[in-house]
Formats: sequence, C-alpha cells, structure tokens
Amino acid sequence: MIPLLETQDLCYTYGAGTPFEKKAVQNVSVKIHQGEFIGVIGHTGSGKSTLIQMLNGLIRPTSGKVLLSGRDIWEDPKKIRAVRFKVGMVFQYPEDQLFEETVLKDIQFGPRNMALPESEIERRARAAAKFVGLPDDLLDKSPFELSGGEKRRVAIAGVIAMDPDVLILDEPTAGLDPAGREVLLSEILDYHKKRGNTVLLVSHSMEDVARVASRVLVMNASHLQMLDRTEAVFARDQELESIGLQVPQVTKIMAELKGRGYPVKTCLTVEQAVAQLLPLVRKGDDRA
Amino acid sequence: MTRDITLGQYFPGSSPIHRLDPRAKLLLTIAFIVYIFVANNFWSLGFLTVVTFCLMAVSGVPVKMYFKSMKGILFIVLFTSVLNLFYGSGPVLVQIGFMQITANGIQNAIFIAVRIVSLILFSSILTFTTSPTELTDAMERLMSPLKSLHVKVHEIAMMMTIALRFVPTLLEETDKIMAAQKARGADMESGGLMQRIKSLIPVLIPLFVSSFRRAYELAMAMECRCYHGGEGRTKMKVLHMVALDYIALLFGAAVLAVVILLNIFLPTVI
Repeated sequence: MIPLLETQDLCYTYGAGTPFEKKAVQNVSVKIHQGEFIGVIGHTGSGKSTLIQMLNGLIRPTSGKVLLSGRDIWEDPKKIRAVRFKVGMVFQYPEDQLFEETVLKDIQFGPRNMALPESEIERRARAAAKFVGLPDDLLDKSPFELSGGEKRRVAIAGVIAMDPDVLILDEPTAGLDPAGREVLLSEILDYHKKRGNTVLLVSHSMEDVARVASRVLVMNASHLQMLDRTEAVFARDQELESIGLQVPQVTKIMAELKGRGYPVKTCLTVEQAVAQLLPLVRKGDDRA
Repeated sequence: MTRDITLGQYFPGSSPIHRLDPRAKLLLTIAFIVYIFVANNFWSLGFLTVVTFCLMAVSGVPVKMYFKSMKGILFIVLFTSVLNLFYGSGPVLVQIGFMQITANGIQNAIFIAVRIVSLILFSSILTFTTSPTELTDAMERLMSPLKSLHVKVHEIAMMMTIALRFVPTLLEETDKIMAAQKARGADMESGGLMQRIKSLIPVLIPLFVSSFRRAYELAMAMECRCYHGGEGRTKMKVLHMVALDYIALLFGAAVLAVVILLNIFLPTVI
C-alpha cells in the first residue's frame, strides 16, 4: 500500500551559506497512512514546525522529498497550491488570520480559492462550522466580535472547509481554558472519526496526545527520534525525559507501580489506569 | 522571505567606540559627514578615508559586516559615479556616441564613489556600535533645547523607540499571516498588478488588526506603570560625558583642522 504522505531524507537549513546557518530538520523519513491520527511532540526548536510546514509545501525542502500519494509534491512547483488544498494546515493561534466581514465568508475563503461552485462553497462552509460546533447565529457576525475560543473555531473551520485529506493542527488548544481545550479536542477527534482522514496534531500537552493519537512522532534536535504506536513511545519514558519531554502523569505513576512489582500495564489515560487499578483494589492486594 | 531582512544592525561590543557617549558619537558622525563634503581634494578626502578605516578597525566590528552594509547601496554608488564619468571637461579619452569620457570625468567618478562609500561606512560605525535605544536617547538629549519652543522632544523620541522596537515583531507577524493564508490557498505569486494588490487584503487586514491590538496593549501596559509623558521623568542611564568623550570630540576637531589644511596647502584636483 502506498502511504498517503511520505518523506524521504527530508532536510531543511535556514540561511544556508550565511554565518547564521541553522539546520532545522535533518534526514527525516516517515510514512503516514490514510486514516491515522498522529501526535507530533518535541521540545521548542526541535524542528516540528519546519517539518509540518514542509508537508504542505509552505517551505521547500533543502534536500529530500515529500511524497503525497506517492508523488513528489514539488514535481511541478506551479501546482503547489493543489497540494495545500489536500494537506490542510492550521497554524498556532490561527485566530490571527481572520479578515473577512463575516464569519461565514471567512470560512469560505479556502474553498473559494479552490474555485468550487458557489453552492458547494456554501455547503462546505456550513458543514465545517457544524463540525467545530459554531452555532448558526454566529455565522453572519464579524469575526472580530467573537470571543477567543470562537475565533479559534472559525479559523479551524476555515481549513476543514477545504476538506483536506490530511489535516495538520499546530497546537490548536494553546491558550484556551481547560474546558475549552477538552471540547475542542473532542471535536477534532470526532471530526477525524466521521471524516476518516489523516490528522497530525502538534502539541506540548502529553495528556492530549496520549488521549487522541494512534501513533506519535517525536522530534529532537532536528532529527526524528521516534515514530511508533502511542503506548510504545510513552513506554520509553526515560528516553523521553532525557530529551526534555515528559510522559503523561498517569503513565508515569503506572510505570512506577509496575516497577514496584504490581501487575499493571502501560496506561495512557486516567480511564485506562482506573480499569487496571480497580480490580487490584477490589481484590485487596496485600502489598498495598 | 521577509525573515531575511535584517534591521537594527547593532553589533554589541566593548570597544572604545562602543563605550563613547552616544551624544558624542552622534555629533561626531554629523560632523564627519560635513567634513566629507568639506574635503575638496584627493589629499583631504584620502585622509578622511584613512581615518574612517582606522575607526572601523577600532570598533571591533568584523569587516564582513561593513561589507554587508555596503551591498545595498552599491547600485547607487555605481550609478552616480557612472553618471559623473561623463561630466568632465578637458581632453577626450573615449568617445561613445555623443557621450565622452575625459580624464577629468574619471577623476570625478572616483572622487564621488570614495565620498559616498566613506559616508556610508562612517554612518555604519555609528549604527553598529550604538543600540537604537542609546541613539534615540542621544537624540532626545541633543534636541532638548527645542523644548522651549514647545517641541514634544520626549514624545518624538519615545515614538521612535517604539517604532524601532516593533519592526522585527511586525515582520515576523507578516510572515506568519502570509503562511497561514497561503495554507488556505491564497495565491500571492501570480496574476496581474490589480490581482496581486487584491491578494494582499487577507494579509493586511489581520496585520492592521493585530497592530492596533498591540498598540492598545502597549498603551495599557505603559499606563499601568504610570507613564505620563516626559514631564518630570528621570533616566535609568543618565548620560555623562567623561574624559574619553572629550578626547573624541577633540579628535574630531583635529581631523577638521587637518582637512582644512590639506584643502588649502595641497593642489586642488576638483
């Protein structure tokens, strides 16, 4: 099976040939399949942002290739816009990019650039608004009248409306309150399940990643450190900590318990931990 | 992209020039620019060029940086000297159509080129060794006599400081918004003039919105710290002229004397 998105020896160097030369991404080769939910983690400055911007052709790699459905996206640089419609990208603090008179028009900006028929543009925009939980009465308001969380949703809807095969989200929950984070994350997960497309979620919250991702990609000092199933990545807690990353707290506690000889497995969420611990407590383990 | 533009070229260091009072540096730079135009023969201009090179060496800023600052204006230098090449009297050396190059013209061209280059190099010494804050501070102090004419000297200096401070921030912001709109399929690289101008709207509107927001936040932060203009405001770094600064000013005067002497006693070329 051809992977949906593949990178081959991807490298990017900022300011090549100047004294300020900085290698941001080095020799990254990954394969991402249709329908996966991938968490992308890494320390600040590890090359995550550069990597994801190369995936939708916003940055042209210094060397190496990005293949979308087996075809090099830079084969014909004039057609790079078509790639950006297939690989949608939501930047950090995306509410800064709103500019239209009404929320609906702003969501329509992407589909309109795709030169779709007007009825399709309208349909997609309304569907996208529904996906991110924007009530209909907000659609005719100016985006600048909305609250921070609502603006964020409008911006995400603007990308979802292009109906991309791959959706990349760069810290979509940054700066939201805990309840807002929770809701937005559920909406993204919901969207992923219904639409069945591929999602890449960049996040600093290991709890969030552990909850939603099926695989996790770890970047460290411009190199690919790991790309594996979520449980397998978070089981390597010492390695993660050595590169300045944490594992979810519940995973850490369960690993500690396992180390002390309790019959438990690696857990990623509180629910999983509860499911493992309750029987033990009920049995009244004598070591407790 | 916009990221490649470097603005505010301060190069931190601890050379005697870095340590000079910014007022002295500013005055000396203005004086030198005048000297460069006072110098009217090769001897005096050559002398000034040598002085500039010596000061560049003292500044401790890598020569490479100076070359880089020259790159941008290389075209202007070439353009003006080529123009001057054809404005000369005397025996004709080369004839191209109706234009003619004379020995006098060549001298003219070289003279102008040296003038512009030393002008730029000398002002680069100032901007390389003085941080923008020091510079605006110096301007504020030097312009303070204008206060009696009801010129808002402090406010002007504050505005300059803020403007300089936000240039890199806005460039970064522009970069980010452009990338975000491109990700939504905005096409900024093709089409005619009108279409390109139109394609800037999705970048400019968010940029304006965020600039106003920043301005509002900054004003609020300043008010929270009880900022109320220059009235009665003291400085954390009070500028003091020390021996080094007086020596520098004397040096400036000495250079002027030499330039005038060279102008008078050696044959005038132009």
